[in-house]
Amino acid sequence: MSSILNIESVSKAFASKAALQDVSLEIEKGTVFGLLGPNGAGKTTLIRIINRITAPDSGSVFFDGRPLSGDDIRKIGYLPEERGLYRKMKVGEQAVYLAMLKGMPRKDARRALAEWFERFEIISWWDKKIEELSKGMAQKIQFVTTVVHKPQLLILDEPFSGFDPINTQLIKNEILNLNKEGITIVFSTHNMSSVEEICQDIALINNSKLVLTGEVNEVRKKYKENIFELEYTGDAEAMDTLKNGNLSIVERNVMSDGSQKIRIKAKEETSLNQLLSAAIPKVEVHAAREILPSMNEVFINVVSEHNNPSNNSNDE
Amino acid sequence: MNKTWLVIQREYLTRVRKKSFIIMTVLGPILIAGGIALITWLSLQESTYQKILVIDDMQPIFDNLEDGNSFEFDYSSMEIEEAKKIFPNSEYTSLLWIQSNIDATNKALLYFKSQPSKMVLRSIEKKVEFVVENMKLKKFGIEREDYNKVRTDFTIIPYKYSDEGKEEKVLTEKAYVGFFFGILIYLFIFLYGVQVMRGVIEEKTNRIVEVVVTSIKPFQLMMGKIIGIALVGLTQFLIWVVLMVVFVTAAQSLIMSKKMDKVAAQAAVVENITQSNPGFPGSAIDMESAVNPKMDITSEDHLINRINWPLMIGMFLFYFLGGYLLYSALFAAIGAAVDNDTDTQQFMMPVTIPLLIAYFLSFMMVDNPESPAAFWGSIIPLTSPITMMIRIAMGIENSQIWELILSMVLLVGGFVFTTWLAAKIYRVGILMYGKKVNYKELWKWLKYGD
Repeated sequence: MSSILNIESVSKAFASKAALQDVSLEIEKGTVFGLLGPNGAGKTTLIRIINRITAPDSGSVFFDGRPLSGDDIRKIGYLPEERGLYRKMKVGEQAVYLAMLKGMPRKDARRALAEWFERFEIISWWDKKIEELSKGMAQKIQFVTTVVHKPQLLILDEPFSGFDPINTQLIKNEILNLNKEGITIVFSTHNMSSVEEICQDIALINNSKLVLTGEVNEVRKKYKENIFELEYTGDAEAMDTLKNGNLSIVERNVMSDGSQKIRIKAKEETSLNQLLSAAIPKVEVHAAREILPSMNEVFINVVSEHNNPSNNSNDE
Repeated sequence: MNKTWLVIQREYLTRVRKKSFIIMTVLGPILIAGGIALITWLSLQESTYQKILVIDDMQPIFDNLEDGNSFEFDYSSMEIEEAKKIFPNSEYTSLLWIQSNIDATNKALLYFKSQPSKMVLRSIEKKVEFVVENMKLKKFGIEREDYNKVRTDFTIIPYKYSDEGKEEKVLTEKAYVGFFFGILIYLFIFLYGVQVMRGVIEEKTNRIVEVVVTSIKPFQLMMGKIIGIALVGLTQFLIWVVLMVVFVTAAQSLIMSKKMDKVAAQAAVVENITQSNPGFPGSAIDMESAVNPKMDITSEDHLINRINWPLMIGMFLFYFLGGYLLYSALFAAIGAAVDNDTDTQQFMMPVTIPLLIAYFLSFMMVDNPESPAAFWGSIIPLTSPITMMIRIAMGIENSQIWELILSMVLLVGGFVFTTWLAAKIYRVGILMYGKKVNYKELWKWLKYGD
């Protein structure tokens, strides 16, 4: 697969304060890419550079293999975190205006918008003013205006904030549908569970530097702490004898049917097979799996490690 | 360019369709005309009938002052201290104290309950003056008849002698016409400049600007807004002119003879406004002239025929647009630098001060149109859109054409510069939220790369 976006050693500073330092990224066509990082890390600056709102001080951005140009802007849809619409303007008129600014002819814009409005069952809002709508309703309209010009790349900054669970689900499904149609999605969020759910690749930016990038599961494996979950029946004490210095039980639960569920942490690199071969002779194993760290844990871990390199607990 | 056009359209249409715009456009001329009528009417009203008690320390000389239309005299032999005591509860509205040395001081004191108008006061002065004169005439043994023969009211009539050898009586009327146009520009710059600022703040606080600047360059967005609002201003102005002409012709045909044509009607408006406004010096004297032969537009002496109208109107549009573009760019920059209306104060100051200076300068220029201050005021682009109007109305001589051209070139240069400056602040400001911005910060923004 080829990449839709190639960011090559991009740097940007405001006055003397660095917002991005030598960031390089590659985003594959057709993926859902998570752009993560704490507040103020430089995510928004990077997104603005991709959108050509600001230009990098050095480095370059390639869109679909060619240097990013003004014409590419119509192939990008952007939903900023801080979002809003003209409050006094009518919904339909405003959506047409924004679509035309993206380069759509008026007729096409009206037709495409009508389709989206039908799909979201909001066609009756066409002649209402934004100020007459609730925040959630306005968000829906904003989402439509972001995608109506059929972008190849969709950049969504915290797309779910402000939505109730039902609409969150609706928007999430729409995003995944668009992705199925081949649209690449860059997704910036603090909500790590949604990252695990929908992103294939991630990049983590902290303090203006790219600190981590890769496929979600690879990243989680990279930061695994050799914790295993084991369900078994048998002598409750039997597993203790496994603790030959390498293993320690970090959590133990007795289930209602009398079986045990424990979490074991290995001090050294251990495979599930190795653990099972030690356990099977002693107890009857019902289930066993390796527990990978959640993206949330990875995030906290990496960021705090990056901020305080001295308490280095994980080897890179 | 195509996209700038979209922005212009949006800015124009959303504003022109607003109820407040339609109401202001229709009511504006009515309110202005009504306001002028009200002020004229009020200034013509005598406040209260003055019943004046004369305390004459030189008794019995001042015992037969002539009563006026709105005042009468009464006399008492009381001491002033005594009179002052009874005055508050008396029927008298004023107390005129004639001291015994009046022929030396030429002064008398008037204590009042409600202030007599200037006209009434002058009228009272005349009555007292007459008696004081009589006193002096008697003292020096001169007959009033002889005195009237000697008495002279001397006037110098200034004539402008132009390079081409044309002579023209210098009348401040022409300056008032220019003043009127200058004030119009001043008002439009303020009204519409602030609209640009509000528009920018609105887009910024709505956060829509972040979406819009992905499709269009900040500079295009800013220029689209400025031009769109300029068109709104011109539209409103055009409608006002049409409505004014309609109103005035209607009024004229009611009051005056049918002969008056449209041009004269317009001129009468201009003249009436400048003459009847009590804010203008000398307006009281001109009141009587409202019906004098000057109204006859066939006369070469008529105001209408002494102003170069094509130049006046052309330059009005030029300075109107130039001044607006120069200031609205600054207003746009202010809007981009702040988060809400209340934060605009500190940045508004340096923009409003030159406008106010221009405003006061034009007052001064009506009396002294060829002072160095008038020259510099009409050359410097921050004040020239307002002050140059007066000089154009008074006539630009061939030898002064270079001044006009210099002023115009500088104005173009001025708005190119402010637009460039504003664009630099604008593109950073619109994306900067929740930060208190000061001048030091703005200076930094100017140095940011793209």
